[in-house]
Amino acid sequence: MAASNKITRKLAMTAVAWLVALVIAFPALWLILTSFKSETEAISRVPHLFFTPTLTNYAAVQQQASYLHFAANSVIVSVGSTLFALLFAIPSAYTMAFAPTKSTRSTLLWMLSTKMMPPVGALVPVYLIFRDLSLLDTRTGLLLVDALANLPILIWMLYTFFKEVPREVLEAGRMDGAGPLRELWNLLLPLSLPGIVSTSLLAIILAWNEAFWSLTLTAAKAAPLTAFIASFSSPEGLFYAKLSAASTMAIAPILILGWLSQKQLVRGLTFGAVK
Amino acid sequence: MSRQRASRWLNTPAIVALFLWSIIPLVMTVWFTFRRYNLMEPDRVGFDGLANYRYLLSDPTLFQAVFNTVVLVGAVLAITIGLGTLLAILFDQEFFGRGIARVLVLAPFFIMPTVSALLWKNMMMHPDNGFLAFVFRSIGLKPIDWFAVAPLTSIIIIVSWQWLPFAFLTLLTAVQSLDSERKEAARMDGAGPIAMFRYIIWPHLGRAIAATTMIESIFLLGIFAEIYVTTSGGPGFASTNLSFLIYRYALMEYDIGGASVAALVAVVLANLLALFLMRSFARNLDT
Repeated sequence: MAASNKITRKLAMTAVAWLVALVIAFPALWLILTSFKSETEAISRVPHLFFTPTLTNYAAVQQQASYLHFAANSVIVSVGSTLFALLFAIPSAYTMAFAPTKSTRSTLLWMLSTKMMPPVGALVPVYLIFRDLSLLDTRTGLLLVDALANLPILIWMLYTFFKEVPREVLEAGRMDGAGPLRELWNLLLPLSLPGIVSTSLLAIILAWNEAFWSLTLTAAKAAPLTAFIASFSSPEGLFYAKLSAASTMAIAPILILGWLSQKQLVRGLTFGAVK
Repeated sequence: MSRQRASRWLNTPAIVALFLWSIIPLVMTVWFTFRRYNLMEPDRVGFDGLANYRYLLSDPTLFQAVFNTVVLVGAVLAITIGLGTLLAILFDQEFFGRGIARVLVLAPFFIMPTVSALLWKNMMMHPDNGFLAFVFRSIGLKPIDWFAVAPLTSIIIIVSWQWLPFAFLTLLTAVQSLDSERKEAARMDGAGPIAMFRYIIWPHLGRAIAATTMIESIFLLGIFAEIYVTTSGGPGFASTNLSFLIYRYALMEYDIGGASVAALVAVVLANLLALFLMRSFARNLDT
């Protein structure tokens, strides 16, 4: 009796939870579904749930040389900014985790506070500096800004990972006379590789989806996918099915990366406060 | 001790980079607020005293933008944390296919803001062929022209959809870290679901809610792309927040001085929020 009650309860929970999950994910699922429709089906006033799926939208988007150009910009900027930020973040997090001083705590909080500044507060100066240095609409410029914007998050996340490496392991493997840089490279990096990988994944996700600097600092040349998709906002560009295909391709890699890193996401974005 | 000194310099590049990144723009912004500087009139550049302040602080759009910013941040926080708590409790129960259902709920968070906004604008909220219009017609109601009638509300809906997964996941992590023995003990003592939530779960969520509030506020204060591709801040200034107002001043009207005053207002607003949030955050920090 109790067992069948438990099963009934579990089935009821399943129905409720799945209904809720499908409602929340519906717009995203609808986008993906629309990308396989013809243009007429896509703008129909009565939505088509059943239709003959077609890949023509994907083919059409792929054929535009410009799409690949913007996709390449997204890849270069998100991966590049992450690698660049890691160069600064790893040594910094290492120092604070393993050689903390009295000021470490306030340094960490100060780093966090730089993230408190809304990006638009820096828009005018950054725009003018970029104009004078000819960095407007360049991948280098966007890469730099993304790296700096994500730096505090990377340092914090790496810091919480490094703190979990037992000090004894590090002491035991410590070679006589090896400087901190060698110790970092030979000992710590292999030990905390999973943490570094998930930190990098989060940074890539944030940079890939970054829209403010992309929209304000780039144009035709260096625009990543976020800015490319925004160019469809004008009514002239209303090709729902093709827009859906382009959007689906733009979000697919991040949906996969996000799914892979969901466990670490909370820790990373809450700066280690929730894990 | 010598090791500490030896590795101290490893921290320097990051500190210098972040210091420059945060201080140079701020100093330049303050400088520009006292200047007459329009990118279209490069010959008329000069010291302008408090004219930018006088002009901007008497401009009702600034107050509307501040108001819209506060409403946007507050409403999205309330919606995402409220619904996120309910969702977290739902997903703490056992049911079939929980892993996949969780991935579905998380999906909106990973969708880039411009895609989310266009998706809602064209395929959900469009008054003719949007899905919501279809739903409204099916139940005999007149479809709503969302962005014309309720522009700020529409943006709140879109942004809440994007941030609900984050609140949900953070709160779920917190709920699941509550040890099951305590829950079991409370159940044994005859605690019903409401008492359970009130006395066992809710007190445990404080830290997660504080963290969610802080992180979301950081990103919500800077909401821009969603407005850029849907309403462009309109009709009028009905859905203009501070981010969009500054963009409008700087890159559409080329008024660097005016944009800088607005930027300073944004920075002050962010810092007021930060002051309050950082304090609660520092308490949770275990260095």
